[in-house]
Parts: sequence; C-alpha cells; structure tokens
Amino acid sequence: MEPVNQIEGRAYPFGLKNVDTDVIIPARWLKTISREGLGKGAFEAIRQDPDNLFDSPEYAGSPILVAGDNFGCGSSREHAAWALGDMGIKAVIAPSFSDIFSGNAFKNGILTVVLPQEAVDRLVEVAKTDTIHIDLENQTVTTPFQDRFTFEIDPFRKHCLLNGLDEVGLTLARDAAISSYEAKLAGERGFLTHGTAVAA
Amino acid sequence: MAKTPRTLYQKIWNSHVVEDRDDGTSLIYIDRHLVHEVTSPQAFESLRAAGRKVRRPDLTLAVPDHNLPTTARLDAAGNRLPIADPESAQQLAMLEKNAPAFGMRYIGATDREQGIVHVVGPEQGFSLPGATIVCGDSHTACHGGLGALAFGIGTSEVEHVLATQTLLLKRSKAMEVRVEGQLAPGVSAKDVVLHITGVLGASGGTGYVIEYTGNVIRDLSIEGRLTVSNMAIEHGARAGLIAPDQKTFDYLKGRPYAPKGAEWDAAVAWWTSLATDPGATYDKVVTIDAADIAPSVTWGTSPEDVLPITGVVPAPESFADASKQDAARKSLDYMGLVPGQRLQDVEVQNIFIGSCTNSRIEDLRAAAAVLKGRRKADNVRWAIVVPGSGLVKEQAEAEGLDRVFTEAGFEWREPGCSACLGMNPDKVPAGERCASTSNRNFVGRQGPGARTHLVSPAMAAAAAVTGRLTDVRELV
Repeated sequence: MEPVNQIEGRAYPFGLKNVDTDVIIPARWLKTISREGLGKGAFEAIRQDPDNLFDSPEYAGSPILVAGDNFGCGSSREHAAWALGDMGIKAVIAPSFSDIFSGNAFKNGILTVVLPQEAVDRLVEVAKTDTIHIDLENQTVTTPFQDRFTFEIDPFRKHCLLNGLDEVGLTLARDAAISSYEAKLAGERGFLTHGTAVAA
Repeated sequence: MAKTPRTLYQKIWNSHVVEDRDDGTSLIYIDRHLVHEVTSPQAFESLRAAGRKVRRPDLTLAVPDHNLPTTARLDAAGNRLPIADPESAQQLAMLEKNAPAFGMRYIGATDREQGIVHVVGPEQGFSLPGATIVCGDSHTACHGGLGALAFGIGTSEVEHVLATQTLLLKRSKAMEVRVEGQLAPGVSAKDVVLHITGVLGASGGTGYVIEYTGNVIRDLSIEGRLTVSNMAIEHGARAGLIAPDQKTFDYLKGRPYAPKGAEWDAAVAWWTSLATDPGATYDKVVTIDAADIAPSVTWGTSPEDVLPITGVVPAPESFADASKQDAARKSLDYMGLVPGQRLQDVEVQNIFIGSCTNSRIEDLRAAAAVLKGRRKADNVRWAIVVPGSGLVKEQAEAEGLDRVFTEAGFEWREPGCSACLGMNPDKVPAGERCASTSNRNFVGRQGPGARTHLVSPAMAAAAAVTGRLTDVRELV
C-alpha cells in the first residue's frame, strides 16, 4: 500500500446525506474479478445528469470528496472504495461514515476524515472555488482562507496509512498468539472448533 | 467477589480476544467465515499472489448466491444450463474453482442445500450462538438472530480472515433496543425492524452493536429474529444480537454442522451463560412500544424513510434538518411521489418475495396465507417468489405453498439473492414500482431507475392482490 500523508487539491463539493454504496458503485459493476477500472462505474446514476459534479472539468481528478452524513452506508462491497480510488480520490471528508465503508477505505489507503457538520458545510463552500489541504501527520484540514479544522483518527490506522503497511502481513506475524488461542479454544469450547468437519 | 455484570456482546467479545493491543484494537478470533462469489475473487487472488494458504478451511463455507439466475439450473436431462451473462458466469466459476482449491466446503449452484448465504448458514447449523461470524456481505448481521456476533466485512478483510482466521477490530459501543408490549395483528418481524430503522435513522446505530431485547423479540420465532437482526445494518449497526434461548437451541439441534452428543450439552451450557447479566449497562438504550408498530412501508430511498401503511407521503419541509429535506426532495423525485399522497393509493407493477431478510419458510407461509384462493391484480406485471434455499423450497413444496403462489400468478423460482440487488437477471424496470420483502430501497438497488417499497411478506402478498400498496389487515 502507498503511504498517505499530505493530500492537497480541489475537492468535489458533494455534501449529500446517506450516500449508499449502491450509489457509489451499482451492483452490476460488482461482477469484476479485479480491483481495477471501477472508476468508470462510480456514481453512475448521478452521472446520468449532464451537469453532474463528477464529470465537470472544474473538478476532474480531485483527490478529495466532501460528503454528507452517513457516507458509504449499505453494503460491504469494497468495490466502493476501489471505485473512489480509481477516480483518484485519496480522502473523503464527512460528518460520519458507515463502519464498514471506513474500514474498506482505510485498507485501500483512502483517508476518511470525520468533521462536524458545520465544518463540512464550510468545506463544501470552499471546494466550489478553492483547494483543501489535509495533513494526516498533524490531523488537520486547512483552506486558503485560514480555516483550520482538526480531526481524530485511530492511532493504528494513522500508523498504517503513514507507513503504507499491509495488515495481513502484520497479523501473520502473530501466528503464535493465534495458535495459542486455538489450543485454548479446543480445550474450553471444542464444539466451536469443528466447522464443516463436524462428525455427521 | 461478584463478577461485574456484562452484556451479551461483552461476553462474546471477551471470549474471542486473541490479544489486546496498546492502540485500543484487539485481534479477534473468527469462528465461522461464509464466502460467496462477489466479494471473494480478489481475496483469493491476493492469497495466491502472496503464496498464502487459508488457515482454517474447515471453518469456512462457500456458496454462490448473488449472481445466480433464479430460473431453472438444469435441463430436462439433468445437465447444467449455462449462465448467459459472461461476467456472472466467470465470477461463479471462480468460486467453484477457488473454494475446493483452498480446501473449503463448497455448496454448488445445483446442490439441494444451495441458497442465500445467510439462509444457508443457520439452516446448516454452521452458524452458532456465541460464535463470531463474518462474510463479505453487510447482511451478515442476520446471524445475530441466533445470538452470534456476526458482521459484514470488505474484501481485504475477507483475505485477512482467510489467511489468519482473525480480524483486527476495535470494540463497538453497545446499544439495547428494547421492544415491549403486544404486537397488533398483521404486524410481523419485518414491520418491527422497519419501525426500529425509522426510529433510529439510517445512521443511528453507527459505531454500535445492537442487542434487541424485550418480550416482543423473545416471542419472535427464530426466522423472525433472523429478519430483525438482518436489518441491523440498515440502521447503521454493524451487528445485531438476540440472546440465544431454548427456541434457538431447538432450532439448531440436529442440523448438519451443529454440535453433537456431549459437545451439544457443553454448547448449550455455554450459550445459556451468554445472556446479558442483570445490572449490566449499555452505552445507549432505546425503548420501543409494540403498540406503535403498524404494518409498515418505505416511501423514499433510505430504509429510514418508513411509515405505517395508513400514512401519507411526507413533505420534505416537514423534516427538521436541511440535509434531510434535500435528501427527501431527491427521494420523492426519484420515487415519483408527491407529498400528501396516500401510501395505499400507490400502484405497484412488481412484487418480490425473497432475499436474506424474508425468504425463510415462515415468510413464505405468511405470504401464502394472504394469497390463498386469490390472484394478483392485472396491473401487477411481474410477481416472483424466491425461496432462500433449496431446503426451504423443498419444505414449501411439501406444504403445497408453491401451488398457492403459482395459482395466484406468481413465478416460483430457484434460490438466490434475486431481485434484492440488481445484479442477476431479476430486475425491476426503470420507473416501475416494486413491493419488495428485501432490505434496501436505495436508488437503483433493484435495477437502474427502479422504485422500491420495502414491506413484509404478508404486505407484499396483499399488494399483489390489489395492485397497490395495501394494508394487509384489510385482507385477513
């Protein structure tokens, strides 16, 4: 995974509440067996409108999306994160995110920044004309107009993003702890350990 | 000294901690992993690329459901019929190849146990109370109806679980949603969960695991509990939980992968100990009076847009916050509805009975009870029933329910996700409405431009009979 730290550029002033993952990437795009190329299906229904934000030359290639409350609600499809990544989006700012979406975004090096509604409203306004700067190291979002918002982020996620770490590799290194848990489980709750190998 | 009282969620969490880390996250052991064709190919591909194995194929069960057409799968001679859509065919073929290659049990498209992954898990006794269960599908919350800590994960997490049988998680907050009182006639588990979603809002449960409690939840059948927990994600909670009890044990006993003999007794003893202790506290408690729950229907494009069937389409200005007003305007425009319109006057052209929310035997019985001796209205162009699994289908046929449906003008289909998600051939045409027993009324969910009204199985059947959204109480 590519390390993430400073993200600066134009931002899509989207702002809509409850944007679900079917809106981000409709199910028909989920038939792919690859992670690539999903940007062309992103926000497909919204893009039916010729004046839509996502095809406007003004915002083309923007690395930031400013969205409304509960962004990414709905399905667990990681394709939503892949689609945003394929569009070139490196960070999404919103008052809240669905738990699954923010996890998926993180695992693909996309930063989710939670800010209060008033801050998001302000950033939607700024995004219409100017750039936004996100500093992960210092946990700030700033604008050319002296706006400065600080955000919280889970320290583990921050560490992984800053260093581009692969979580599967990190956990595989804990193999001894996992094996020891499994041994304990077999002794205490053996009935949970058979899965499909249970005796008929 | 007495132990600190703990909630069901805390007990399951604590019993699955492999190790706590300094940063506030924990490595959590995963007991059961369900895999389907849509969210797994990239995970298997990454394992191969890194030369990694599946740690516990015996704790992993794969079954195709999302892409499978629900039309006949075998020809008259018993040969498999091809899947017309090449991308769907490829994705299904990948699972059929990957599952055995990585050593896990694979239930194939033409096996009698095949079905929607969230119907198959409980039905096979693979899903168990107190277990941690994951699947690359947000409706994994469903298995919480058995008292399992079950939640949807993305493909990177699917890969993580395949490789390590664990997930790195941060403990959620615990919410109790207590439903007490007497449900009115005609009100089902689906109406209960639609109502809860209306009360909490689509993001009300974000950051929480919700335990549903109260006499109304206890009195639900296991099928009903699975329906309620299934839609936990629709109010933002990653997982729902319902304390396992004798009903749960009776449901599971004797199922193929359920514990046997002495292990069964040990399991029941542990499951019984999981109930929330008296005096345990939740981070948030929401109380719902059963008397407030009516047969319900959604009018908008978020599952929180719920009203009693006796209601009228709301005016966007009636909502307090500006962003909801904006969302309501967009919803009404998409749905082709006007404020003040009676929901019961809304005509529907399509009826879908199925999905992981409402495709179990009890759901089919409820719909058939309304349809018996009746026919769908002429303006209903398309009406389908899609059993949740091959075993549900067999059971329904043994009870003669299939004939009730076909005589009422419904198509009787093969098991799968079907018209819940606009991925396989079962779609609702643009601009048309569907009274649907599924779980999401999102823009384009049932096909581009499709307009979804979420309802219970009995309400879907009632809508089929009259050709409009209908109060099922008028037909019983």
